Amino acid sequence: MNVLDFMQSFFSDGSQWHGYDGIPQRVWEHVQYTAGALAIAAAIGLPIGLVTGHTGRGGNTLAFLATGARALPTFGLLVLMFVWLGLGIVPVMIPLVVLAIPPVLITTYEAIRTVDPAPVDAARGMGMPEAQVLFQVEVPAALPLILSGLRSATIQIVSTATIAAYVSLGGVGRYILDGLYQHNYEKVAGGAALTALLALLVLVLFWAVGKVAVSPGVRTRRAA
Amino acid sequence: MIAIEDVSKRYADGTVAVDRLSLQIPNHSITVLVGPSGCGKTTTLRMINRMVEPSGGTIRVDGEDIRSRPVNALRRSMGYVIQNAGLFQHRTILDNIATVPRLLGWSKQRARERAAELMERVGLDPAMARRYPYQLSGGQQQRVGVARALAADPPILLMDEPFSAVDPVVRRGLQEELLRIQGELGKAIVFVTHDMDEAITIGDRIAVLRTGGKLAQFATPDEILSSPADPFVEQFLGADRGIRGLSFLSTRDLELDRSRVFPVGSDWREIAGRDPEGTPVLVTDADGKPLGWADPGAWDGDLADLEPYGPSFEVGRDSLRVALDRAVLSPTGLAVAVDASGQVLGVAGQETVAAAIRVARQRRAADTPQETASASAKAGR
Repeated sequence: MNVLDFMQSFFSDGSQWHGYDGIPQRVWEHVQYTAGALAIAAAIGLPIGLVTGHTGRGGNTLAFLATGARALPTFGLLVLMFVWLGLGIVPVMIPLVVLAIPPVLITTYEAIRTVDPAPVDAARGMGMPEAQVLFQVEVPAALPLILSGLRSATIQIVSTATIAAYVSLGGVGRYILDGLYQHNYEKVAGGAALTALLALLVLVLFWAVGKVAVSPGVRTRRAA
Repeated sequence: MIAIEDVSKRYADGTVAVDRLSLQIPNHSITVLVGPSGCGKTTTLRMINRMVEPSGGTIRVDGEDIRSRPVNALRRSMGYVIQNAGLFQHRTILDNIATVPRLLGWSKQRARERAAELMERVGLDPAMARRYPYQLSGGQQQRVGVARALAADPPILLMDEPFSAVDPVVRRGLQEELLRIQGELGKAIVFVTHDMDEAITIGDRIAVLRTGGKLAQFATPDEILSSPADPFVEQFLGADRGIRGLSFLSTRDLELDRSRVFPVGSDWREIAGRDPEGTPVLVTDADGKPLGWADPGAWDGDLADLEPYGPSFEVGRDSLRVALDRAVLSPTGLAVAVDASGQVLGVAGQETVAAAIRVARQRRAADTPQETASASAKAGR
């Protein structure tokens, strides 16, 4: 049997679509972990990225910290948090948030910092207050890049949130882990397929958000 | 009136951008700051709207120290135009222009109505209102930049090398447009450029700055061209300042020769007989419009055989510089002078123009220089 056959038998099994271990429930859990981790990472990364990008100060420190954070092994961090904090959602959220902050923060910082300085100068020279310069001139121009940072962070969270299963939580990682343990490769393939599907969904979602939120006047720049 | 009083700008590393500069910038006129890079012209401009804070000295607008007002209120009272326009790429042309009215708290609709008026004033097609900056050419974007600066009708307009990034033909168009708008609005305009030709074209008064932020000369373009204050200014003016100075002398009093102009249907043999040397004559149509040059002794009356008369100049509107240029270009060495309707008033040779230059210079020596630099002579370049 090949992987596609595994997947087919997984998804065609009617019992997979109901109950606490059913596909809708596991996908919903996965979406919740992802949304929660993204929200926290964005709440930390976006403001810091916007302010440092706008003022141009603290960029080197940021790059240093973010590179450090990227080097942290997510799985190791999960185990450490589990040992410290025990079972629950918090030890899962911490490594996911740590994983997601660097792409959000660094991309936002770079996006704001590399906005064409001429309109910013013009805005100040016309008497626009600093907050408006940031939110009405810099952010709209930087939005495509900021969204791309959020998008790659979300993709990383979706694929990494499978580790929640290691500390007895749900999500589609449950199938992968349980499948491996039970030597049930249909489950493993099904879990992997669901993860990939969620990642695709994220791409579509961000494409749609970009369509709506980015002004048609903004020319997309090459990602930093 | 903007009074720059003993203003300096020193940076922490010891660089002096502007050194104890004093300038009086009058209302209803264009004052150009010109000089080589590093002369502090842009710094001076940016000190007026406090984008740069002076290290010493005071700047007053109508007697009031600019530091006595909140900085954003001050900036909203001055239009600001920069190189490459600096338009907001995510906003439509209309909303770009509406920026300052919106900052001043106007309703969206009123600000947009005002913006539409401004588009018309700067010569932009109303169809562009809903477009985005990237859809416009560089020259059109700069027109939007000027419209945006004028939107709240500020008494002062600060322009920092606004036309430096567009090609020479478009630049000329923008300069003419600015002069036309200034003729209608009469703002106090401070205009920074590194291009002396541009300074002469648009400036009522020119402040020439030298490297290190010192004032070299502050005078009308005419005065600067005819009597540069020192070798630096002279060198900055370039080699042909004498010819360029003719831009300020009117053709109004030029002695035109009418004896060489004849309408079609004249008795060419008789005319040829009067002048055995066979000097060419200008043939005009029945309305007095020029047709071309002919040798009356050899011409058979066929209009196709006429020698083209080339460009003409309009008496009173064009300057002596234009008249001289037309004489140099003419195949006969004679420039064709026309009135506003295009009718020939006479012809003038290079000698005649030279005589007019001498007369104008003598008259100038007796007059005050400001009065001779008339706006009508200026427009004709």
